[in-house]
Amino acid sequence: MLVAQGVTKRFPGVVALQGVDLHVAAGEVVALIGENGAGKSTLMKILSGVQKPDEGNVSMEGQTLTGASVAEAQAAGIALIHQELNLADNLSVGANLFLGREPQRFGWIERKTIHRESAKYLAKVGLDVDPEFLLSGLSLGKQQLVEIAKALSTQAKVIIMDEPTSSLSQGEVETLFGVIRDLKKEGVSVIYISHRLAEVQELSDRVVVFRDGENVGELGPEEMTHDAMVRLMVGRDVSQLYQRTSHALGEVALTVSGLRTQVHPDKEINLEVRAGEVVGISGLVGSGRSEVLEAIFGMTPAVAGTVQSVLPKSPREAMAMGLAFVPEDRKAKGLILDLSVEENTSLASLKQEANGPFLNHGHEVALCEKMTTALAIKTPGPWQKARFLSGGNQQKIVLAKWLALSPSVLLLDEPTRGVDIGSKEEIYQLMEKFAREGMAVLFVSSELDEIMGMADRVLVMREGRLAGELDRADFSEEAIMTLATQSQS
Amino acid sequence: MKKILGILITLIVLYILTTIIGDNFLSPYNQEQLLKRTALYGLLAIGVSFVIITGGIDLSIGSVVCLVGCGVPWLVTQHQWSPTMAVMMAFVIAVAIGLWHGFLITKVKLQPFVVTLCGLLMYRGATRGFAEDKTQGFGTGYSELRELATGKLQITEQFGIPMPFLLLIGVGVLAWILLNKTIWGRYLFALGNNEEAARLSGINTDRMVTLSYVISSVLAALGGLLFILDGNSAQPSDFGNFYELYAIAAAVLGGCSLRGGSGTVVGVIIGAAVMQVLKNMINLADWLKSHMEFLIVGGVLLVAVVADELVKRRVKK
Repeated sequence: MLVAQGVTKRFPGVVALQGVDLHVAAGEVVALIGENGAGKSTLMKILSGVQKPDEGNVSMEGQTLTGASVAEAQAAGIALIHQELNLADNLSVGANLFLGREPQRFGWIERKTIHRESAKYLAKVGLDVDPEFLLSGLSLGKQQLVEIAKALSTQAKVIIMDEPTSSLSQGEVETLFGVIRDLKKEGVSVIYISHRLAEVQELSDRVVVFRDGENVGELGPEEMTHDAMVRLMVGRDVSQLYQRTSHALGEVALTVSGLRTQVHPDKEINLEVRAGEVVGISGLVGSGRSEVLEAIFGMTPAVAGTVQSVLPKSPREAMAMGLAFVPEDRKAKGLILDLSVEENTSLASLKQEANGPFLNHGHEVALCEKMTTALAIKTPGPWQKARFLSGGNQQKIVLAKWLALSPSVLLLDEPTRGVDIGSKEEIYQLMEKFAREGMAVLFVSSELDEIMGMADRVLVMREGRLAGELDRADFSEEAIMTLATQSQS
Repeated sequence: MKKILGILITLIVLYILTTIIGDNFLSPYNQEQLLKRTALYGLLAIGVSFVIITGGIDLSIGSVVCLVGCGVPWLVTQHQWSPTMAVMMAFVIAVAIGLWHGFLITKVKLQPFVVTLCGLLMYRGATRGFAEDKTQGFGTGYSELRELATGKLQITEQFGIPMPFLLLIGVGVLAWILLNKTIWGRYLFALGNNEEAARLSGINTDRMVTLSYVISSVLAALGGLLFILDGNSAQPSDFGNFYELYAIAAAVLGGCSLRGGSGTVVGVIIGAAVMQVLKNMINLADWLKSHMEFLIVGGVLLVAVVADELVKRRVKK
């Protein structure tokens, strides 16, 4: 149905795609995997008309597309669902579905038609919400389904999903998969981009692996083993992603008691993390995981409670207690994208190293050099703006910024989100190293794999409270999910 | 250097053009006036560029110029304050205005545009109130004080560098050091790019934002003082009118992005100079009507930002 042939796209200094072929049959679910920068996103942009290929062409049902516009691709039946959803929070679900192509009569929007049509498409994706409902009132998982309903309402025959599950909880993922399977039955094809190999195995008919702008291989359902996919993606064997060593734990390094966050002010959080311990926080999206970290770090001050012995009102106060925090959204909260690698690395420790009010440039240079080496940050130079680095390297800069202060407690929110598998492995190794050196590590993750691979102990949250705790010996997906989802008795 | 190259070339081209167009452009008197006016507006522009670097805006500059420009002679001539006391008072009020703006923006979380728009209206209204809308000036006295604006460092017999220009250089050097050599400057650029990430890195962003508004108001007060010392006559109803826009225009010409996070002191001073050379050119060229000044200044500003945007896009590609 959809065929791309010999697609090549060059950017100054980089060949993003090199003669790539891709074909998708009707009703087929094709997974596209590869490290960040392998060319997946560029190919998606070309398929959906956002960018024009330098060479090669894309055709849909035998008709060649000029690649000129998104509208053309849409008319041909190709819809792209971005990782960051393209919806307007302030509008109703129905208004979102028909945004920009509202049915009208004499210039008046026909609300009744919108309502009726929306209800139809929402039912198709199994979403039981009133089209009049405000989008902002829906969970991320449901918003994702609204995006799919929107794609269906444009009569899309191929839906491209760019990391659709990266912010969904396990339950929402199941719902999404159910919808995708239904679409498949109706003959709609899905191109599914993901970093999560378990999902790929579960869902797809075929997996296409990208590396360095080239299609390096395709795997059928039988060949789709975890190891085979990783080997193709990385071009080498990743023997073991999660490597933990056992070491003795020290004193309690982080004590949180009676913490009530602004989102769940009626729930109290109590927890302790010992030096050298890695503790994971699991739970569904919206269960209040991130809010706990943000309250501990004083980013969104808690309503009540203490961290160590006081209630931090600002990140500065938390830093003074030896805390460091790597936020979930590194572009919005972790980095100053237009400052250089060097300036980002030194930002948190500037004051400590300054001569009075004056910058200590020598120290900045030395720090940046030390950190780029220690964390293997790949950058053309310390002057490079953080914006131009890959996700994994950006994340390492955020880590480097905090390491410069030698914190005793490291808080991480989704430490490997949107990071390629090579960097993932490196970040896990760093977490292990920090713990071995006596740091207390507390991290939030939506990926059960990651929680079970890295944590010594997992705290499971549900509806704003700690629903339970499991030691490494008792880890299993079932045990964690049961704690995360069981209804309150 | 790369950042200011464009505006520097613009200045040189305009300067040469004006030399060709106007006969008296190169006269020592005209050059002195040009330097002086560049200095007066340049001081305002440096002030506002601190605010612009944080991603904010200060529309109250012209009204602060008016408040100080009318208030100081009013205190001195009608209330017999000593000039020193009156000038000190002016700066105390300027600091208070800056702190007030900072408080409203960082703690009450109002938008800078709204806060300073209210300031624009209020400070002029207040000035017209206490000055009873009468023209203020120092009359014939206080020539020593007025030396601050009218004095010059004689270079040749005909030509001297005006005092305000020396002040501009002094303030410019301080501003450059503050922006490029201190942690506060780094903090300003960081929070102008991404306030949340800066706050999460332990920067007291509220305090830094407030600092930028204080700097803007204090330099507006200094500018206002120099304007009145130089001109010796101020109408509360129009003294300093639109000066904030001249300052913002100079800052933008000089490479400040209104999105925040970028700007250089040298660029801003050159931006202020470009504005003044343009004005001079319009006055000197017979075939240009001087009341069309805004059309030309606006047009040049637009061309400059469009060119900047196009260059940026090309660099990105």
